[in-house]
Amino acid sequence: MSDLQTLYQTIILEHSKARHGAVNLAPLADAVSHGAASGLRVAESHQINTTCGDEVTLRVSLGAGASTKTDAVDSAAGASTDTSVFDLVWAGEGCSISQASTSILTDTLRGLSVTEARALLDNFREMLRSRGKIEPDEEILGDAAAFGGVSRYPARVKCAMLPWVAFEVALIEAESR
Amino acid sequence: MTFIAPSSASSTAQHRETAQHRETAPLTNTAVERIRNDFPVLHQSVNGHPLTYLDSGATSQNPISVMEAEQEYYEQRNAAVHRGAHTLAVDATEVFEAARETVAAFVGARGDEIVWTSNATEGINLLAYSFSNASLGLGGRAARRFSLGAGDEIVVTEMEHHANLIPWQQLALRTGATLRFIPVLDDGTLDLLSAADVVGPHTRLLAFTHGSNVTGTLNPVAELVALARKVGALVVLDACQTVPHLPVDVKALDVDFAVFSGHKMLGPTGIGALYGKADLLADMPPFLTGGSMITTVNMQTAEFQAPPQRFEAGTQRISQAIALAAAVDYLRETGMDRVAAWEAQLGQRLVAGLAEIDGVRLLGPGLGVERLGLTAVDVAGVHAHDVGQFLDDAGIAVRVGHHCAQPLHRRLGVTASTRASTYLYNTTDEVDLFLATLAEVAPFFGVNGAVKR
Repeated sequence: MSDLQTLYQTIILEHSKARHGAVNLAPLADAVSHGAASGLRVAESHQINTTCGDEVTLRVSLGAGASTKTDAVDSAAGASTDTSVFDLVWAGEGCSISQASTSILTDTLRGLSVTEARALLDNFREMLRSRGKIEPDEEILGDAAAFGGVSRYPARVKCAMLPWVAFEVALIEAESR
Repeated sequence: MTFIAPSSASSTAQHRETAQHRETAPLTNTAVERIRNDFPVLHQSVNGHPLTYLDSGATSQNPISVMEAEQEYYEQRNAAVHRGAHTLAVDATEVFEAARETVAAFVGARGDEIVWTSNATEGINLLAYSFSNASLGLGGRAARRFSLGAGDEIVVTEMEHHANLIPWQQLALRTGATLRFIPVLDDGTLDLLSAADVVGPHTRLLAFTHGSNVTGTLNPVAELVALARKVGALVVLDACQTVPHLPVDVKALDVDFAVFSGHKMLGPTGIGALYGKADLLADMPPFLTGGSMITTVNMQTAEFQAPPQRFEAGTQRISQAIALAAAVDYLRETGMDRVAAWEAQLGQRLVAGLAEIDGVRLLGPGLGVERLGLTAVDVAGVHAHDVGQFLDDAGIAVRVGHHCAQPLHRRLGVTASTRASTYLYNTTDEVDLFLATLAEVAPFFGVNGAVKR
């Protein structure tokens, strides 16, 4: 593979067009109250990459315990050992790296416990900032391992990190609700 | 990046030789190849390809003579200017002031009408803060002509670089004046019919760019100056993209102020200039204050120097000013008319080539319209950052993003674009390589129907 193909792996180009989880976001206040009625804590974060203008608004819905969508609503209000990422939706625009990263983030983190999601985020960030020194661990990262090539392009690390930073910020906000 | 030894190590000597008998024949690829020998940075490979530098609109490269001028200053004359009585200080002051004369003559100004700044951005801020100070009553009666308040209007255009927009937004906020703008048409030119309405009896200041750093549009300075004169407004010209590329005569253009940056005209970073008509500079209160700009200082008050020293507080950018003068010498010896003609040719070649690539939209005037030697495009379905990455992989350096002109991009319906900007050291082969590589972008990213005809 050429350097460029390492950066733009097929899965990245596909996700940049498929944009999983991209929606027309309803007003946040509505989502928060609607979520609260189902026992979900909803928050969002808007992040901008000032060097290129890419932006993403990522909305996180936290439920309790359960890790599948179907029964999460029922059990969301119930006591559980760990909060889970119930749903992730987003709106934004930008380069193929930032769009694919957001799409893959929603697939990867949805359904994980908050502890698992944070651990994955830390692993992803460490790998991206390693300037190609840390090989991505597919066992941990899943499809997000495709961004291993990005870590060799310091100018593009921000693009890949954009939605993950939004997730980190929105998560703290949701936990405080 | 790997460094390839410049093909001519003794290029300085060669340049000095050729400089003695100035050429008048139009530039050709052969002549440009000789010019390239004076620019060591161009002789390297990037990502396994020879560097194709098409980002001079952001910053230009320095010829050896410019780097040598700066080094020679530090090796032989370094001293604080306008301060010491010792020999080095006198020498340094002489070359510093000679540099001012050189740069002034290059744009048709007098030496005392050129104020050194760090860059064009600082030049515009100097004006905005001086006018702000005048609005507070500083500078006395003479400065009242610059005083702004509620009911006064500052007019800019929708195509401005943020450097010629934000300082005026802030000045309006500080003074209560209103900021208005001349809109841009779909083809990237100014709506001159609207301009005649926007510039009205309340307009005190009209600030606009000579040439757009995004669309390459050249604005009709005479027409805009006439509108300003009719209502007694001052005119500020952002000449960042024109002084490096065209013969510019500030007196012939009859603007009140003009700014330009050294690093965009073969000079180093950290130096730029503000031109102001002598009688206007004489009435302006200072912006930055401190050492060197004063005559008599008491514990409560101070008297200020005449321009340009009034606007040059603190130790100046001496080596940079001297290096900028060397850059001006290089441009003058090459001939600005030849530079302009060559870049016009490259600009038209870009425009013609872009029209042949499906899915590529040129922002700005089309074929045959006089323009700068730069083009910004939108590639359908591919973000500018990805376009730039693809080009960089082929060793081609371009600018991607909004080029510090968000409102203009918004007006043209895009958030970002890819800009190729040429200079006197670019060949037609480089333009063709850029065009050929750009045509491969959409297929690489799997955008449908974007196959080259």
